[in-house]
Amino acid sequence: MSVSVRIPTILRSYTSDQAVVELEPSVATLQGVIDALEAAAPGIAQRLLQDTGELRRFINVYINDDDVRFIDGLNSATPDGVQVSIVPAVAGG
Amino acid sequence: MSVSTLTTNASFGAATHLVCRACGAHAKLGADYSCWECFGPLEVAYDFGTVTRESIQAGPFSLWRYAALLPVPTDIAEQRNLAPGMTRLHRADNLAKALGITGTLWVKDDSGNPTHSFKDRVVAVAQSAGIQLGFNTLACASTGNLAHAVAAAAARAGQKSVVLVPSNLEQHKIQATAAYNGHVIGIDGNYDDVNRLCGELIGEEVSADWGFVNVNLRPYYAEGSKTVGYEIAEQLGWRLPDQVVIPVASGALLTKVDKGWREFVELGLVEDRPWRVFGAQATGCNPVAEAWREGHDVVRPVKPDTIAKSLAIGNPADGPYALDAVRRTNGAIGDVTDAEVVEGIRLLAECEGIFGETSGGVTVATTKKLLALGLLDPTAETVIVNTGEGLKTLDAVATGNGFSATISPSVDAVANVIEGSK
Repeated sequence: MSVSVRIPTILRSYTSDQAVVELEPSVATLQGVIDALEAAAPGIAQRLLQDTGELRRFINVYINDDDVRFIDGLNSATPDGVQVSIVPAVAGG
Repeated sequence: MSVSTLTTNASFGAATHLVCRACGAHAKLGADYSCWECFGPLEVAYDFGTVTRESIQAGPFSLWRYAALLPVPTDIAEQRNLAPGMTRLHRADNLAKALGITGTLWVKDDSGNPTHSFKDRVVAVAQSAGIQLGFNTLACASTGNLAHAVAAAAARAGQKSVVLVPSNLEQHKIQATAAYNGHVIGIDGNYDDVNRLCGELIGEEVSADWGFVNVNLRPYYAEGSKTVGYEIAEQLGWRLPDQVVIPVASGALLTKVDKGWREFVELGLVEDRPWRVFGAQATGCNPVAEAWREGHDVVRPVKPDTIAKSLAIGNPADGPYALDAVRRTNGAIGDVTDAEVVEGIRLLAECEGIFGETSGGVTVATTKKLLALGLLDPTAETVIVNTGEGLKTLDAVATGNGFSATISPSVDAVANVIEGSK
């Protein structure tokens, strides 16, 4: 199972400046992707998750075009070939 | 991380650093918008010197009279920009009567800005920061008004512009923006999709010299909204009203009007007295109103579906701060249907000769609803904010061809129409 994860500029220090990281998570959920990302880029998970294990309030994560808050949060399915995008929240207008 | 570095002569006036509104961490003044620690939004912090009513009144008749309270150089008024602000505070006795308000009602009419919305204010401050930070191109994600303001401000300053908007935006807004000859890029998706794309563009090669006013220049941009609050206080004769009703999209305008008033109190420019802040949303995009009603601190995102496109932000990152300001001041946030929005636009036009855009309709209609719910005090002095011009959202109120009648050029025919309407 292959998933590509888009990394925001602010977190690229964990990924040797790579904008996109290709992963082979063993569990096909967003949590599984974050676990695999942590293995590839140690330290990044604690930047994405609160101490309680939930996603931080000011981080938006998308699976393809869908905000995971509209799906099932960290339990959202991440089937083979999906693109996960991590984007710091910005208020628009 | 910043893609740009401060130029050696960079000047941000009294601004000293950026501070995270969520965790309080500090960052240098730069093109950062997201806290390094927790991703919370960064805000400009200042060390204000002495600012007096006299020093403000001696300034230009634009928002630059408040330059000492903004992250801009002291000579900002001499630079090439649109110098927005100092829009009318219009006493609205007819509307007060129609709404059953017995206290004084005022409309802060920001359709009087150079591109006819309050966005000229935020763009003016962000543009200055972008120049200080060495960006050559002014860019934004927009629901329309901001695109117009960015394209015009860039043209005035001789900069390039790139604006990204949902492709289903009102044609009037797109055509007006295109007149300035920058890049106007329609995105297949809603505003939240556009906003996400702009977040992803930060740090990419194609956009390396773009200052996105509402992304990497956001801390500066947001400060421009304070001037709506400053002006209301100054135009009321250096005092604060009892209550204010403000449309909510990202929540930044509401939050910053409240912040502006707190600063005025701290600087001794106005008397410290309680004020109440109320928010207005469209029911088709009401995540902040919903959170207020349910007593939540977090705002659950929604997928927008409303004619009030300028307020159609389903995932408003400033929502929690708007909730804080409303709760702290004992205000409320209401929402209204699209039919009520149209009724609100018509009421404001009929009563006061002000043709507001859909967000103005949202504000008037929500004011009516909050009065009916007993949440707004009808006996108090009230200010409502109209943030944009009705000509930009004509489709919302268009009925038929707009004529009362089409007749031959004769006196009798006119008389028939007028008599017939009695």
